[in-house]
Amino acid sequence: MGNRTVEFELNGEAVRVEVEPRTKLVDCIRHRLMRTGTHVGCEHGVCGACTVILDGESVLSCLMLAVQVEGRSVTTVEGLSPAEGLSPLQASFRKHHGLQCGFCTPGMITAAHALLTREPDADDDRIREAMSGNICRCTGYLSIVEAIREARAAYGGASSMPAGEVAAQ
Amino acid sequence: MKLPDLDYCAPASLEEVVALLSANADAKIISGGQSLMPVLAFRLNAPSVLVDLGRLQGLDRIEIGADHVRLGARVRWIDIERHPALRTAQPLLVAMIDHVAHTQVRNRGTVGGSLAHADPASEMPGFARLVDAVIEVFGESGPRELSAEDFFLGPLETVLEPTDVLTGVRLPAWPAGRRWGFQEVARRRGDFAMAGVAVCFDDGTDGAVHDMRAVAIGAGSTPVRLSGVEAFLEGRVLTAELAEAAGATAGQEVSPMVEDAGEADYRRALVMTLTARTLKQAAGLEQE
Ligand SMILES: Cc1cc2nc3c(=O)[nH]c(=O)nc-3n(C[C@H](O)[C@H](O)[C@H](O)COP(=O)(O)OP(=O)(O)OC[C@H]3O[C@@H](n4cnc5c(N)ncnc54)[C@H](O)[C@@H]3O)c2cc1C
Ligand code: FES
Ligand code: FES
Repeated sequence: MGNRTVEFELNGEAVRVEVEPRTKLVDCIRHRLMRTGTHVGCEHGVCGACTVILDGESVLSCLMLAVQVEGRSVTTVEGLSPAEGLSPLQASFRKHHGLQCGFCTPGMITAAHALLTREPDADDDRIREAMSGNICRCTGYLSIVEAIREARAAYGGASSMPAGEVAAQ
Repeated sequence: MKLPDLDYCAPASLEEVVALLSANADAKIISGGQSLMPVLAFRLNAPSVLVDLGRLQGLDRIEIGADHVRLGARVRWIDIERHPALRTAQPLLVAMIDHVAHTQVRNRGTVGGSLAHADPASEMPGFARLVDAVIEVFGESGPRELSAEDFFLGPLETVLEPTDVLTGVRLPAWPAGRRWGFQEVARRRGDFAMAGVAVCFDDGTDGAVHDMRAVAIGAGSTPVRLSGVEAFLEGRVLTAELAEAAGATAGQEVSPMVEDAGEADYRRALVMTLTARTLKQAAGLEQE
């Protein structure tokens, strides 16, 4: 089918790109716009690696067409990373070993950012529930939950260190 | 896992949607895309054109009226979760939808898409069958209504014509004090249920069960009303023993559609256990 021109906002920047109608959003972002931070795992909605933020809500970019984001605002992991250094959420992932191979991490960061932006006081149960669509083959998840829990403070949420840890410092 | 070649359009009116579906024999509606996109990725279907409902106005409304609640076809799972009044107006609906999928899918997946997709393990079709919902459709000859009872024909199969748009679903008002139970077993929270059971009934002044309803999901080619269980319990005072006996009845009413005979037996056993448990949950009886 003939190509379409799609205009949308990617990480705060207006972009304009020509795609086939069948092009998935994730492929448009990675292959046409060359932002390869967003990863592709399963390509059918079960792993969460391709999570991006669409107008404030986490969505799977492998289950959307690029043409569907016309006029909308998309944020990928690149958009959540400061020019220098790490965001507090990223720093918390590093501190708590919330990643090993890093394949799932862009999806974890975008999903966690969308969660904490909306619910800065999310407790462990809520974090686990909200992150249940993101699969990690390496960490065993405990360190990911810890990383997100501690990052809550940066979103204006509960300061979250367990009592023991505060005492030890 | 790339999609087959296809065209895409996003019309702004129902009439245009129907006209596009009529003009293109193998056109397909896309709503949330959370079931259709995987189907296309696996190339189980290759429509010539996708007709996106995303630009239609008003289909995303939740209306709470005196005798029914109406959910527009584009209402998403997350809209149901966040709605301030729905948890009181339709408590069982909200409890069931809490089990649908994970955050990202809940942010896109819609009520209409789920009903039209008709996965037998899905919660929304199960709820629609349980309460005898009315399904609103707009087709080549204008609007019409279908009963949930007649709607589901088989796995991923409904009475909808290729040119029909499901526009909304009407749920009868939930009587104050109606009792309900819902439980499902999934390998992970948010995954499709292996089996699930929902029950509801009204308390009579005689302490007995009235308007007994029960439905099983994941245990047949469509959601299955457990009419044997309903007849067995109607008008009786629910006890733990009766709940167990109803579970045994439920087992005879379902025929899980899975290739592996062992798994079919397992799902049947789940329906039996979940029927007993949800009945006890609804009646406020002690769970063993
Ligand atoms: C990882 C994962 C887990 C999931 N877990 C669950 C779960 O536990 N329970 C559950 O119920 N669902 C689950 N789903 C499915 C999800 O809820 C889907 O969103 C839903 O079933 C379909 O809704 P949709 O809006 O995405 O429909 P789409 O994918 O857009 O469409 C599905 C089908 O319905 C047709 N259609 C859509 N809207 C209409 C309409 N208005 N009129 C006529 N035809 C229409 C389409 O043509 C297509 O054939 C899961 C999905 C994923 C990816
Ligand atoms: S790549 Fe999108 S969910 Fe796995
Ligand atoms: S860090 Fe390897 S998959 Fe999560």
